[in-house]
Amino acid sequence: MTYGVNELRAMVEHDRVHRRVYTDPEIFEIEMERIFNRVWTYVGHESQVKKPGDYWTVQIGRQPMIMTRHDDGQVHVLYNRCPHRGNLLIGDRHGSVDKSIICSYHAWQFNCDGSPKAIPLAKGYDGTTLELGGPACHVKRAPRVANYRGFVFASLADSGPSLLDWLGDAKIAFDQMCDRAPDGEVEVVPICFRVVQQSNWKFFLDNQLDVAHAVVTHESTGRAATDVQDEVKGREGSAPFDYHFLSAFTMPLGTWDKMTTVNHPGGHSILEGYMRLRPQDPVSLDYEAAMKRRYGEARTNQILDTNIHHVICYPGLSIQPPLQQLRAIRPLAVDKTLTELWHFRLKGASDAIYRRALGYYNMVNSPSTMVNADDLWNFRKSHEGLASDGGEWVNYQRYLGQDEEQGRVLRTRMGTSEAPLRNYFTAWTDYMTAGN
Amino acid sequence: MLTIAPPLPLAGPADAPLAIAAVSGDVQRAVELLLYRQADALDTKRWPDFIDLFAPDGVYWMPALPGQTTGDGEPSIFYEDRDLMRIRMKRLGHPRAWSQKTEWATNHVVSNVIVERHDAASGAVACRARFHMMEFRRDAVRHFAGSYIHHLVRTADGYRIKLQRVDMVNGEGPYEYVLQAWV
Repeated sequence: MTYGVNELRAMVEHDRVHRRVYTDPEIFEIEMERIFNRVWTYVGHESQVKKPGDYWTVQIGRQPMIMTRHDDGQVHVLYNRCPHRGNLLIGDRHGSVDKSIICSYHAWQFNCDGSPKAIPLAKGYDGTTLELGGPACHVKRAPRVANYRGFVFASLADSGPSLLDWLGDAKIAFDQMCDRAPDGEVEVVPICFRVVQQSNWKFFLDNQLDVAHAVVTHESTGRAATDVQDEVKGREGSAPFDYHFLSAFTMPLGTWDKMTTVNHPGGHSILEGYMRLRPQDPVSLDYEAAMKRRYGEARTNQILDTNIHHVICYPGLSIQPPLQQLRAIRPLAVDKTLTELWHFRLKGASDAIYRRALGYYNMVNSPSTMVNADDLWNFRKSHEGLASDGGEWVNYQRYLGQDEEQGRVLRTRMGTSEAPLRNYFTAWTDYMTAGN
Repeated sequence: MLTIAPPLPLAGPADAPLAIAAVSGDVQRAVELLLYRQADALDTKRWPDFIDLFAPDGVYWMPALPGQTTGDGEPSIFYEDRDLMRIRMKRLGHPRAWSQKTEWATNHVVSNVIVERHDAASGAVACRARFHMMEFRRDAVRHFAGSYIHHLVRTADGYRIKLQRVDMVNGEGPYEYVLQAWV
């Protein structure tokens, strides 16, 4: 079928979304063009490219891009394509060039800002329209690049809201991440775990703020971790702090309903109230003392008592500020999605504080995850289920009409409200039907 | 924040030059049998047997990057003492471990077993081997291959694993789905 604006609008209702939104390759193509080519996409952290010549490749929408650091210290985002014959300029995932980016095909050379440095056989262009050093010899840049507190974003659209206007209140993800550092900034741990889900990208978002699934999907891990945690406590008096990352899934459903999702314009959504990570062990107290020296008592309490578990920057980013972790969602096909999982260090905090969150990176966000294993399995089954003719609609009515409206923001009264899905699909419709 | 004893000094990262210790045929054979028993425990999903091959302070470690020399305070794909291993085992065996509700099987082949260091007094061994694992899961095949480094201690019950380091050649690649059991 061909999707005009009316057909696309008809895919989403206030309480349900049509299954084709997840499964139809035509809709996926339109999403690439109207959503992923327009929004601000997370490229990487500037500390991934510490010194001039460093680069890291990334996919934005359908486009192979490179984040580079130029001689003047500026971070650039370029199309990974030689302006001569179109060869990819960078063939590996990340690395460093000595003096220039050299195309492996005919040795055209470029500076890390994309400007041409040397073009061999220059005489060959005498009498042609190619102006050596002119725009046709530049590596194309992402139309817009912005850096907020070290987090680099690019947009493939020439115009649109600024990064901060686009983020709106979801900006708190990066403020919380950086403010938790006594030095006010973070540094990337230069390892990226990559996991592919065999399903549409939207299942990831649907699941992130769905607190009702946790006790169901993760019962096995929650129970296993609780059993061993109890044994270790009995044996040694206490269990390692990070067992809680797994054992928390045994909390009764009523406890999950006490959490809140805060649903902002643009599809950005925040989960508050899970795992208040402010333990009072010596390591944590030492960290709090360092924070108080930097920020003072009141501001420190304000920063550390902000209990945000996930921030979704719609459509492609999930950030966990108290754990300093970030997942970037890169749709590859209608039924294939890459997640990139990153961890950051709080500058000015002790190594022990980094280790506190490392257990979460290893046990929840690594490829050996005992948590996402069951989520990914659900995503795949959801995708295959929606491809069936057993029904046409995905229902998201739970606690519909019972959330609290605060201007343009919807705060849930019940944690298990499906408000985040309703919020995502409002944004989805806005993107898919705008300006057409 | 694992509370495990620091591992023995490593034989080095996976690409360190090979050392070959002069050991008797009996030692070589006993080391090989331990590796084969371990592979068999994985392929037959006898998880308690797999865990029991580790010493009480034994650690199973799969580094995130080949150059890492410790999992302590570093990102790892696996970094598990026996307690964490038991969480994984109990999860796999739980009746509502949903992702276990589909058939899956593995086949490990372990080869190129070389004893690199052998302490004649204590009987401790550091050895290196190569493995190839094929997994079949819900109509799809995946392959994982790489090197094992085992640090073994000699006990009354035979060798036990103090440290197992697993470096997969495709460890840094994108994972189509995840690893639910040890490799």
